[in-house]
Amino acid sequence: MKTFTLSKLMASAAICAVALTGAAYADPHPDAELIIEGELKLNVRAEAPAHLDGALPELYSGWLFRTDETRELQMDDFENPAMIAVEDGADLWETADGAAGQSCADCHGDASESMKGVRASMPKVNENGDLWSMEDYVNNCRTTRMEAEPYGWNSGDMRNMTSFISMQSRGMPVNVAIDGEAAPFWEKGKEMYYTRFGQLELSCANCHEDSWGMMIRADHLSQGQTNGFPTYRLKNAGMVSIHNRFRGCIRDTRAESFAIGSQEFRELELYVASRGNGLAVEGVAVRQ
Amino acid sequence: MFTRRDTMALGLGAATITLLPISVHAAADDAIAAYTGGASVTEGGVMITAPEIAENGNTVPISVEAPGAEEIAIYADGNPTPGVAVFKFGPAAGSHRASTRIRLGGTQDVVAVAKMPDGSFQQAAVEVKVTIGGCGG
Amino acid sequence: MSDVKPRIRLPRSAKAGQAAEVKTLVSHVMETGLRKDADGNTIPRMIINRFTCEYGGEMVIDMALEGAISANPYVEFDIMVSDATDVVFTWYEDGGAVYTETQQLSVG
Repeated sequence: MKTFTLSKLMASAAICAVALTGAAYADPHPDAELIIEGELKLNVRAEAPAHLDGALPELYSGWLFRTDETRELQMDDFENPAMIAVEDGADLWETADGAAGQSCADCHGDASESMKGVRASMPKVNENGDLWSMEDYVNNCRTTRMEAEPYGWNSGDMRNMTSFISMQSRGMPVNVAIDGEAAPFWEKGKEMYYTRFGQLELSCANCHEDSWGMMIRADHLSQGQTNGFPTYRLKNAGMVSIHNRFRGCIRDTRAESFAIGSQEFRELELYVASRGNGLAVEGVAVRQ
Repeated sequence: MFTRRDTMALGLGAATITLLPISVHAAADDAIAAYTGGASVTEGGVMITAPEIAENGNTVPISVEAPGAEEIAIYADGNPTPGVAVFKFGPAAGSHRASTRIRLGGTQDVVAVAKMPDGSFQQAAVEVKVTIGGCGG
Repeated sequence: MSDVKPRIRLPRSAKAGQAAEVKTLVSHVMETGLRKDADGNTIPRMIINRFTCEYGGEMVIDMALEGAISANPYVEFDIMVSDATDVVFTWYEDGGAVYTETQQLSVG
């Protein structure tokens, strides 16, 4: 508890310092709207789902917590550097690979039809009762149908592919199932969300539920929503997967992190995604 | 496209830019002297648009404009090497402005030096604060 | 990293005698030569060091780039529209590789 109180105090001090210098940092931007090239509006605010039981007053996309310059990068598909990954993913979609000589398109055809809504429902329970992320589905196709080598979870090809597939759901509300077969996985993810990790003894909730809108050093804490992933991070100058972001967060608590692609992260991914049910899939977002 | 910085620059007028202290580090001084051939450089005549605070120094949008200039050179005085870019405008240029995205190793002044057709040089500088984030990710 | 792939946005239509905004972005890591790999060896510099745009055979902009230009270099500038249509974009990489893309400006 001591750690938490101290960090909250520090965060408050940071807010005061910034407020005094007159910079425009505050709670999520009050009226910014994410409209892509003046045509496609993405809902960056949504009513909190019932399962949150009042833990968040309203849902806010991480986009609302960023500076004017970072937000603008996502409002124009040409200026959005994530579109490089989307284009490379589109090329992969059409390219045959593996012993079966098949491409994604050979089975799935036009991705704008066949992959529409996929991002919005991930992760989800497969026909064998396992919880799978989009990366698992991609690699299942590669190994069983294409007879190709699986992509590394964090490989460039995988990130390009998930970026391309995610784009096909842009604008659709996040809508992951949390009942039925998903329920036990969701419960585990929820437990993890509220578990303190690392020397700093921080849970996901300490930052993203208790302290969103505040400053952690010079970072403006968001609600930790995943509707923008995969996301182009300016820091990495490349695409970052949900699991890679989780790993970074847990590492920053000075904990031994779980592995990218671990069962723990699939369950956490489901729970965190469910906290954003209703926000628009941003396809490929841009963050700091 | 209007950024907060544009609004500030408009609101406070050109005086803001010329009043900024030009505390260019030695390496940047040398680089600028090499560019100008040692000619004297007057303040003003160059407009720089950059964020007041950059969320990440890896990708900082910057725009430079100098009406009538043949060239505009950009320097970042706190980077390991100060040179950033030189834009030469040709006969088919529609303006004397250009925008790009740059890397800044920390809070520092960004200096733009314009070479005019008569061989004179003009410059402006803005400070860009680069935040050290809480979350490395 | 992905291959070097240019992306260009010209206005849908342009009027002769007016300035037209051009946006360009090329996928490139822009390795500065200042970083080290996991074994402590310096990663050699590999950047796009020059970018040019020519329109109707005349230079629009000739840009020299240093390592301080961000990965996936983005450049935005204006063309003075005449009756010409060919716009030629060229990126020069360390080591001598050159990437060229020609697009047609719709002058109306």
